[in-house]
Order: sequence, then C-alpha cells, then structure tokens
Amino acid sequence: MRYAEAGYNLEVDLSTGNIERVETDPKLMETHLGGQGVNAKIIWDRVKPDTKPFSEDNLLIFGAGLLHATPVVGCNRTSVNTINPMTGIFGHSCMGGHFGPELKHAGYDRIIIRGRAPKLVYLYIHNERVEIRDASHLAGKGPGETTSLVREELNEPFAQVACIGLAGENKVLTASVEHGYSSASRGPGPIMGDKRLKAIVVRGTKDINIAHPQELFELCLRMKKWINDSNGCGDWMAVDEDDSFHHNNFAWGYSRTRIKNYWSEELQDRWTHWKYDNMDRQAGCYNCPKGCINVISWPGTKRFGYKCYGKDTYHMAAFKELDYTYGMLGQCLDWGVDSYSTPQAISLGIELYDSGVLTDQDIPNFPTDPGERVKFLLEKIVHREGIGDILANGSWWASRMIPGAESFEHNTVKKMEQLPIKLGKLNPAYYLMIATGEKMAITQIEGSFPQDPIRDPVKRKEFVDNWDAAPYQKFKDMFMNWEKRDQISIEDTCALTDWNEAMHYIDDSTGLCGFVSSFRGQFGGQVAYSFNNVPELITLATGMEMDKEGLWEICRRNRDLVRCINNRLGMRRVDDDPPKDHWAVRDPELEEKLLDAYYDFRGWTKDAVPTKAELHRVGLDYVADELIQLGILDPNEGTPAQEAAKAEEQKSGGC
Amino acid sequence: MGEKVKKIVKTIRVDLDKCNGCRGCEIACSAYHATPKYSAMNPSRSRIRVVMDQFNDEYVPIRATDYAKAGCDGRRIYTIKGKQYSECSFCGTICPTREMFFDPDSGLPLQCDLCADEKEPLCTQACPQGCLTYVEMEVEEEDKEEVKMDEMELGMKALLDKFGVQKVADTFNRIAQKG
Repeated sequence: MRYAEAGYNLEVDLSTGNIERVETDPKLMETHLGGQGVNAKIIWDRVKPDTKPFSEDNLLIFGAGLLHATPVVGCNRTSVNTINPMTGIFGHSCMGGHFGPELKHAGYDRIIIRGRAPKLVYLYIHNERVEIRDASHLAGKGPGETTSLVREELNEPFAQVACIGLAGENKVLTASVEHGYSSASRGPGPIMGDKRLKAIVVRGTKDINIAHPQELFELCLRMKKWINDSNGCGDWMAVDEDDSFHHNNFAWGYSRTRIKNYWSEELQDRWTHWKYDNMDRQAGCYNCPKGCINVISWPGTKRFGYKCYGKDTYHMAAFKELDYTYGMLGQCLDWGVDSYSTPQAISLGIELYDSGVLTDQDIPNFPTDPGERVKFLLEKIVHREGIGDILANGSWWASRMIPGAESFEHNTVKKMEQLPIKLGKLNPAYYLMIATGEKMAITQIEGSFPQDPIRDPVKRKEFVDNWDAAPYQKFKDMFMNWEKRDQISIEDTCALTDWNEAMHYIDDSTGLCGFVSSFRGQFGGQVAYSFNNVPELITLATGMEMDKEGLWEICRRNRDLVRCINNRLGMRRVDDDPPKDHWAVRDPELEEKLLDAYYDFRGWTKDAVPTKAELHRVGLDYVADELIQLGILDPNEGTPAQEAAKAEEQKSGGC
Repeated sequence: MGEKVKKIVKTIRVDLDKCNGCRGCEIACSAYHATPKYSAMNPSRSRIRVVMDQFNDEYVPIRATDYAKAGCDGRRIYTIKGKQYSECSFCGTICPTREMFFDPDSGLPLQCDLCADEKEPLCTQACPQGCLTYVEMEVEEEDKEEVKMDEMELGMKALLDKFGVQKVADTFNRIAQKG
C-alpha cells in the first residue's frame, strides 16, 4: 500500500489530447520526497537541454507535496515547475491555497502537461474523469470570473481552480498562475499561456492512506493550536502595521532611490486605517490557522487578497502611498501578473523614458504623473502593445532589446528581477545566497538563520536557549559567537547558507509553507517546522524511516539535481553573481573565496557543477554520466580545494 | 401538552467573521468518523463543509443536520454586508440538490452527531481561530421523547427514498438468503 502518496501521475498531452493515469515508482519518494523534488527529476529525465521554453516539449508540472492531504498543518503549497522562459533555467515556483491537497484526493501526486492545445482549453479533473474542454468563453477573463464560471458550468462548487489571466494568455514573462488569492510566479504563467491552457479545475473525493494516522492526527491537532497561538509563525506583516523596514530600507522607483526616514507615525496611522477600514478578512490556506492573506474591498476595484511585501511594490515603483497600490491590486490579480517583477520592468521603462533612451515615439501619450505612468505601462505590458511588448519580457530582456538600454538594467540575477535592495557593505551570507541560489527570489533561499546578530549577550543566550529549530549545536555556537553582521567566518557562512537552503528544499518537496517553516525561523527562531520534527512527520505519514541526516541527504540530492538541470542548460560560476550594485562596497577577493569555499562545501567544481564524486554520493550517477558525456563535467575534476591541492602537487613535482 | 423540563442542548456556534477558510474542521470531522477511526482524512467525507467563495469573501461552515429526500424551493439570495449568499449557504439539510454530505463512495448521507463520544466535537477542537465553538445551552422545553435516527437507519431511509420499499426489501431478502 502507498502511504501519503496517491501513487499516480496524470499525464496530459495538449497537442494530441492524450490523457494517461500513470502509476509512479515508489522509490522516488525515498530519493526525492515529492513536490519540486520529484518534479525536478522528471524535468531532468524528460526535458532535453535544447528544448526551448516556449515549445511543445517543455513540461509544465503541478506537483502536490508529499505531505499534502495529510493532517500536517500549514502544508498546502503546490510546486509548479517548468523551464522558465525569462531565465532559461529550471523555474522554481509555488503557490499556497488548496490545489495540491485537492489533487491528491483526486488520486494524483502531480499533473504533467506537455504539448500545446490548438485553441484555448481548460483541464477538468474529477477523480478518474479527466477532460480537456473548450475555454474560448474564458479568454481574457480574470481568476475570479474564470473560477465561478467553470464551477458553475461543471456543477462543481467545491472544485479548486488554478488559472491564468490575460497576462498569461499573452505570454507576458512576469505573468503568474492564479489560484484564489494565491499565485505561482517565476515561470509557469507564460508557459501555461503558451500551452493555451486557461485553467485547471480539480475535484477529488478519494482517500490518501497514512501510515500512522492516529498518532499523526493527534500530533497535528496539538500543533495546530500551537501554530495558531504562536507569534513565530505566519506573516507578521498581516498584524504588524509598522512597515518602516521595507519603506526606509528598500529602494524606490527603478530600485535606485532610498528614502531613509520615510516612515512616520502619522503615515502608519493613515495606512492602518486604509487597511482595516476596507478589509473583509484575513484568510488562510488549506489546514492552516494563520490569516496571512489580507482580503481588501477597495472602492472602485475588484476585491483582492495580498500578503507580505506584495502591498508595497507598486507604490514604491511609483513613489506613491498604500492607497495607490490598493487601487491597483484588484486589476493586477485579474490580469494575473507577479507583483515582484512586473513593477520593476515598468519602472525600467520609466527610467529609460526619463533618460531619453525611449522617446515619445516609443511611448506615445505617456502621462507625466509617475502613478499614471505605472498604470499606463502595466496595461501595455499585459496587452503586449507597443513598448509593452518589449517590457513584457522583464527588465533583463527588455534592456537587451532596446538599443542603448543595457547599461540601465541593474537588478537581476540570472536574468530575473530581484527585490529592490541596495545596501552598503557586503554581507557574506547574503552574497552566497543571492549569487548561488536558483530560486530567483531571496525569500525562497534565506530564512532559518537570523539575518542579524543579537548584540546583547544576555538576550542572545536567551534566544539560543529557546532555539528549538536549530538542527545542530554548531548553529547555536555560531550564533553565540556572532557579533557583527559582516564578521562571520567563511566556513560558518557556507554552513548557514546550506541550512537556509535545505529548509526550503524540505518545504518545496513536502508542500509546507515557508511562513511556518523555512522562511520564518530567521525572525524570532520560534517556527513550527524544522529538521528536528519534520523527519517524524514524514515517518508518521509515509511509514518510511527518516531522521535528520537522512532528510538532509535528500535535500542535498534535490539541490544538486536542480543545479545539474541548470548546468545542462548552460549555467556556470559566472552566472552565480548578485546585482553589481546590491552592495555599494564590494570585496571581489572575499567573494571569490566565498564561492570557492561554498562549492567545496557542496562538492561542486570550481565552475559550479556538482563533481562526479558528489553526484555518486547522492545517488545521481546517471546525472554525472550525462554531464560527462555532454562535456559539461570532467570526470577527474574535483572541488576547488581538491583542484588547488592537485595544482600544488604538480608544482612541486609530487613526491 | 407535555410537561416543561430543563434540557441541555448541545450545538456549535459559528462566527463567520473568524473563519479563515482553512477547512481544518472538514479534515478533523472526516478523520474522526472514518472506519476505522482516522483511516481517512478526506474533506469530501466530512459532515461539516465550508461553503467557500473567496472572490465573494464567502466562508460559511455548515454541518449536516437533517435529512430530506427532496430539495426545497429555497433559492433565495441574501445580501449581508454587501455580499450575496444563496440560501443553501446556510442550510444544513442533506438534500439531493447538492453534492454535499453524501459519502462519495456509497452515496449514503453523512450526518453530524456532534462527535457524541467526545467531550467536544472534533471540528471545534480543530478550530483554534474561534470560528466554531462548542456550546451547551440549558433550555426549557416540552418533554417529549425524541426519536433520532442512527447512522444505519438514516442510510436505510436514503436507500428507501432512492429505490422504493419493494426493491430494497427484495434486495435485502436476496442478500440475506445467500448468508
């Protein structure tokens, strides 16, 4: 009997209309867990490196997490993976809500979509019944309307719907997949549009077997109460109205301008009123007591939901206030655009116009007010009209397509927009995370080790004494000895980067949400899930023996595999590079040392490819073989430290 | 007229403003009522469902209270705080007009029993948000013997409604004779 898993994938070929229910290999759970872990394995196996993102051969995979549809609290994020057309590499994307658990109850661990439909369609799944249906009547419609129309026509009020808006249909590279008030950005939106798949509607009524159901249920019931009562879980921005952090420290406009003393009590009071006077509720996701999603009815717009920093990006791009963003978000949700990358592509356009690179000929009738300009360009982008057709490719591509614009682009990593953070002195840990992470958003990489040391030794000790999430004593010792932000050893930097990343790899494969797990621990340390309890949950749900070390090994395997997919797509050390101006003061020598040390730590070559030995260690010999065959990996090459030792030996003639 | 006596009425109070749509009540209910207990944690088997439309900001947990073999004429639309709700959104009746409160495999009705063996129903235990709270109210009412159908009777009633007495009796006899 399969536990925790449905045991089947749904394979859909939109070109031929072929639909298959395929039993999966139970071993994949042992090696990759589920979610993004297994999705990556499928992409390695089936998407060849010469596949263009916008081609029938690119896959779009909606993967439920291993612990979806179990009682594990806050476990609801669905991994949506593909080759991201903006970056050209593995697209890391996930969304909260109810989709993954419903999919599991329909009897599938994931939907693997290939091909391209001849016209706009949607996919309807009710347990074994699966249909590709005409969606021409849904063209151009937003998620709200799409969701109610399909629920009504299928007579499925309980169905879960993931869909694209107009931006996705028009293959805007910053489009997202929308599901209720959750969304999956960074790749899948435009790919869904390219496949002419408007929506996926899923309804499931089947059981998922659990190995030790009573113990797991009782444990989860206790955890639910704990998570509900805990200040260490959930999005604190949902309840803390002091948002001076983003407004005083992040950069405004096209990530250029910092306004250090922006925040004031008067402003906070005004914004708090705007929020609570217009708020319907704080909603949550499947089986999570937290209310991270602020649901707002703003006059003159459609109702919308947002979480976290999503409320800041539009007004910070336009030098406006919160009411401006509130006036925008209903439309943005309806069009289905990512609120992190889109405003940056827009503000690049504004900067290029102000600098004379773009003229009135390029942007006729361009308004003068920055707020109106942002709205104007957003509309052009979503419809891919005029200059919008170029900006719709994101700031990196747009700056390469507009003559004279390349030198203006300054805030991408691996061709994708980053948070608008411009700081002073290099921060070693953040250097490593931003440079080497492949999830294209720092919030998907950082998160377990605190961002800053605690100066007061008494408070620091108190923090460490209560830090249940720390997987090993070494992290507690590191924190106890940490006094100044940038003064931390290279060795420690590698270890904390690894821990931060590993937690995200747990979440992406199990389906846990970062707000109760990987992202949240850095703020206060009192997070629900960590290496110290996830293994037990996995064992109770799946029956598979699991401990801390075993779980870490799986994270390492999944991490290496994503890196190898990207290596095969051409990524190397030179791409592990943060935005040049992320820090005003850089330290090239230290940066090279950090990269070398980190690659050593991970078992990667100097050119950022996992070594043959490393891939053997994590059981990915077949990956090594292919990389060797393709000439990407030298079978004799070791890590930077091993190479340096070898060179030293050759210099001295050996002995 | 019967004599008035004091009785404890058990119920679940619902504060709609506190529902965040997590559907933990559905998971807990289905787990508790599964046979064997906890063998399924499947919202579609739950006796409480959150009727939910996020875009309308509608979140209404309703529990299966009564069984009816036919739907009613209730298709009224209510507007509360600017939001539209269908009458069905508040109705706990297990009726054939909607696919709710029927076991997805057997098609038999699922009725809330307030988790009779527990000190408090599981759905309220799984709702730390405080949307669902268990209350015991003392009321004074006429003393009449209440006949409540147990689960098998309810299932039998549904079968009779669906297939008619004769067919159910024939089937019962046939199966019984086979031993």
